[in-house]
Parts: sequence; C-alpha cells; structure tokens
Amino acid sequence: MADAALDRESGGGSVRIMDGVIATPELATPPAFSSTGPGYDFRKAVRTLLSDMRRDWQLYVLLAPMIIWFVVFLYTPMYGLQIAFKQYSLFRGIEGSPWIGFDNFVALFSNEYFLRAVKNTLLISFYSLVFAFPVPIVLALMFNEIHHQGFRRIAQTITYLPHFISVVIIAGLVVSFLSPTTGIVNIILDRLGFEKIYFLTIPEYFRPIFIGSNIWKEAGFDSIVYLAAIAGINPALYESARMDGASRLQMIRYITLPSLLPVIMIMLIIRVGQLIEVNFEYIILLYQPATFETADVISTFIYRAGLQNNQYALGTAADLFNAVVALVLVVGANWLSRRYSQHSVW
Amino acid sequence: MSSRALTSDTSHEPFNLYTRGDRIFGFANTALLLLFVLSTLYPFIYILSASLSSGFAVTSGQVTLWPVDVTLAAYEYVLADQKFWIAYGNTLFYAFFGTITSLLIMVPGAFALSRARLRGRRVIGFMIAFTMWFHAGLIPFFLNVRDLGLLDARLGIVLAFACNAFNVILLRNYFESVPASFEEAARIDGASDFQLLWKIFIPLAKPAIITVALLCLVSRWNGYFWAMVLLRSEEKVPLQVYLKRTIVDMRSDDSFASGLMSTDYSFETITAAIMVVSILPIVIVFPYVQKYFNKGITLGGVKE
Repeated sequence: MADAALDRESGGGSVRIMDGVIATPELATPPAFSSTGPGYDFRKAVRTLLSDMRRDWQLYVLLAPMIIWFVVFLYTPMYGLQIAFKQYSLFRGIEGSPWIGFDNFVALFSNEYFLRAVKNTLLISFYSLVFAFPVPIVLALMFNEIHHQGFRRIAQTITYLPHFISVVIIAGLVVSFLSPTTGIVNIILDRLGFEKIYFLTIPEYFRPIFIGSNIWKEAGFDSIVYLAAIAGINPALYESARMDGASRLQMIRYITLPSLLPVIMIMLIIRVGQLIEVNFEYIILLYQPATFETADVISTFIYRAGLQNNQYALGTAADLFNAVVALVLVVGANWLSRRYSQHSVW
Repeated sequence: MSSRALTSDTSHEPFNLYTRGDRIFGFANTALLLLFVLSTLYPFIYILSASLSSGFAVTSGQVTLWPVDVTLAAYEYVLADQKFWIAYGNTLFYAFFGTITSLLIMVPGAFALSRARLRGRRVIGFMIAFTMWFHAGLIPFFLNVRDLGLLDARLGIVLAFACNAFNVILLRNYFESVPASFEEAARIDGASDFQLLWKIFIPLAKPAIITVALLCLVSRWNGYFWAMVLLRSEEKVPLQVYLKRTIVDMRSDDSFASGLMSTDYSFETITAAIMVVSILPIVIVFPYVQKYFNKGITLGGVKE
C-alpha cells in the first residue's frame, strides 16, 4: 500500500520541491531531451525519482520496518472494515464472506442497546466537557498564583502522578473506596448517620463517579499545557497592571485568562473532535449489568457484541460508524480551529 | 508558608503593592491547592496503610489514614503467590522487549522521514498521521491479529503495539530540528545515512528518544485491555490483567473472599498490597518520566 502511494507521488509534478537540502547530480545533466515533446517531463521526473531513490536507498531501508508495521497492523484492519457490509463467517474469512449491503447497519440501528450506547457516549462526553474541561484551567491559574517555587513544584509533581497510574489501579481504588461494606466513603456515611450506598450498582451514580475519578486522574497532568501558555505571557503586562493598582484577581481576569483564551479554544476544539471517544477501557472495569443503562458506551457495546459474543460483523459495523463519526468530528474541529484561530490543530 | 511566599515574591519590587484582599486571595488559593494535592495523595496513602494493616482492622473500618495493627501478612500472602510472580515477570518481559521493539522500528523510521530529500516523505508522513484520526476499531484489529496467528502469543503483544503516530511525529520533529550543518559536515566526511543516524542523530536526539522510551515503558506497564483480549493462557498474562482479575473480578466472587478468612489479612489488604507493589515501579521512574516528558515535548515542538 505504501509502495502504491509512493508510485502515485512520482507521477505528480510537485515532488521536486521537496528534496532541497542536497543537490543531486541529475540537476547538472544537460537538457538532452528538451525537444522530445510533452512526454519528456514525465520521463525525466521518473528518472530523477529513481536515481534519488537509489541515492537514498539507506533511508528507505531505515524506513521500511516502520512502513511495514503501519501497513500490517493499522492499514490491514482498515481493509478488514469491509466485513461491516458482509455476512462474516470465521471459516470463509474476510474475502470469502458474501456481501449483504447495509443489513448489519440496519440491525445496528434497530438495536436499542446500540442506540442507548450512542446516547451514553455523547452524554458522558458532554458532561466531561462541562465538568472536567475547566478543571485543568483553574488548576493552572491556581498553580500560577503560588509564588513559593518549592511548594509549587511539589504540588505540580504530585498532581501529575495519577496520570501515569494504570486504569486498573484507578478502578481498584474506586471500587475499594466505594465498597458498601469496607469502603471509606460508606464508613464515613455510616458514622454521619446516613444509609450505606452501593454506589457502583446505581445507574445515577455512574457518570459522576466516572467523570469525577477522571478529573482526579487527569486534571493535574492536563494543566501542563495551560501552564506552558501562562509561562509565555509577557511579565511587563503584570507589572504595569500592578502599577495601576490591579488586584491579583483582576490580573487573572484581565491578563492571564485573556492570554490563555487561544489555548483554551484549541483544547476545546480538540475535545470536541474527540466527543465520540470515551475511555472505554476504564468503563469496562467500572460498569456492571446493573449500570449498563447509563454506563454502556459504543466501544463497550462493540467489545461485548464482537469480542464476547462473537458477533463480528455487527461489531465491525459499529466500529465503522464510530470511526467515521470520529473522523468527521476531527476534520470538522480542525476546520473550525483553522477558521477561528488561524492555525491548524495538526 | 504562603505569607513567606508572598513576601519573598515582592522583595524584588520597589515597594509592596499587595493589598489585604490580595493576601486573603493568596492564602485561600494556597489552601485550596493544598486540599487538591492532599486529595490526590490520600488514596495512595490509604492503600499503603491498608496494605500494612491487619485484615480485621480494614474490614471493620478502623483504617482511615494510618495503618492499624501493623503487619506484613498481606505482602507475605501476595509474594508467596506464584501467579503474581509470573504476571510480574511477564510485565517486565513485555515492557522491556516492547520498548526495544518500538525504538528499533520508530527511531530509524522517524529519522528517514525527517530528511527533506526523501522522496515520498509527505505521503508517508500523511499516512502515518492519518492513523491518529482514523482507526479501524476493536473488531478489525482483533481479527487481524488473529489472522496473523498472533492470538495468545507473546510476540503478538510485543509487535502489535510497537508504534503509534504520536511517537513517530514527536521523534521526527526532533530530528527535523537538528540544524542542517550537522548533516552537511558529516556528509563532507563521507558518512553514509546509516552512520549519520547512528553517530550523529541518535546522540543528538537522546532527550526525545528517552521520552519516547519512557512513554512506551509506562504504556506497556499500564496496558491491560489488549493483553486481556489477546492472551488466553494464564502463564502469559501481564500484571495488569492479573490485577484486574483479582481486584475487579474477584470482588464479586464471594467464595474467594470468604476463603481468605484470617484476622491478619483480608481480601482488602491483599488487593491493597498488590496495588502498592504494582504502582511502586511507576512511582520510582516517575520523576524521570516527568522531567523528560516536559523536555521532550517542548523541544520536539521547536523547529529550527
């Protein structure tokens, strides 16, 4: 596949622009075929391409394993997406299975559990946007107002740590903290005279638990990007504001926040581009049939349908739906970003 | 602490312009942040304390912050479990060979992609970046691994997650930021592309390479989902899958918990001990990860 792409590029006219660094001997060749008509440009382009490739053969050797890896492990599954339109059977394989058009999608969209999963995915993403997105911004502003460098560094380091802890541990912590018998939360509730609650079996609690523990895990680490942006603000702005008698809150309000706005916009756009993607690996650890009602998302639906119940074609149809929506969102988000902040997210 | 912080900050100012309101704000800010930091730290302290307490103390709710009836019984139980050691060894295996494989594939590839004279670099670069925006998904990936004959294979775990577009781009950007004069000088000395990579670019790109290595290491250490899906045999399973089976799945399995009845350890103290032992390596490498992560990302973004 990569080779095909390479060949296609050789036909294009713009390729010469790219090898700028080292002059090729071909450039010095006298234009012997200058009068051979319109075909000459193409042939010469092919010849220079081949000689460039021969010159850089070592680079292609270095590149080859990586290209093979991407083709084998990421592009071959894309080819496998076709089973979304097939009646897939393990024995006939991807190519041998008969085409059935959109039947899998019809089945998918008439499956109430799938529709529920789409709804849950969007709701979890939306609530995360509302509740989790602002936290790192506030945290960065708060870090910035700490002037004791030692405390600040230690505080930052500690809040970054949960980002590097596996979701299995995080889920284990959540499960043990919320345990109805021995969990610390219920022990406190009990001592305060309230009823003990088995949080993880109650659908209403799932989203707050999921989003809350995600904030705990990621807010500190996510604040890095805002802190970097704050570090780039011109200190003269604060000095002159201070001369004018601005309070610290006013400086945050009128200097720091407005300076952060472009970064906030970009991060917001990136998040919008990821609306359809939630951390399903974490959900699988936290949910149970009792909470599917609010916890089951597209990817967990696919996991159960495809990997646990062997409904490969149905799962793949959901995968394709997921992938296409994700792509559309990302491209749309990037278009927005280019439009409103003059630079592309990627 | 906060008041000293404020005065030390204003000491270089010609005169102190902090008002009373500012001081209150500074104090409230420090207090709130301290609260956030403590709430980040608390779960870690709690499981450490729980792992060191007696089973009875934990199940009866006596442990809230510090260990009660200090005992190492839970650790003795965990460290005597053969399955635990197998899983730990497997994780070390996957982390080590996985990271090596990632670097062997991505470093040379990203170097080649960073050379402006390479024909086709735009198309290849786009094809790699494209995998960040479009992925086939769980089922096609799973079926592909199965068709490659890599189900329930250690090689499958090592190979199938060797590369990702983000790391390739990070490395490529770093290689691109190396000034052209390095390559020109090496060329004049007659260096080949292999020598150029090995002798010039790898030493120069050490921060980026270490960053990527640490990212791979952490993701290998923490990854559980695909190991759970792709591996069937008990003796190949990494630590996170073992953890998941013990902490998350066994919780609902009463026979396991009640089979453990002893006053020295309980299900809770055992899971706490497992968590502590598996977090420990991350906490140890964490300062380095953090240092290189910040450095690698910022340097990687800077172009000449």
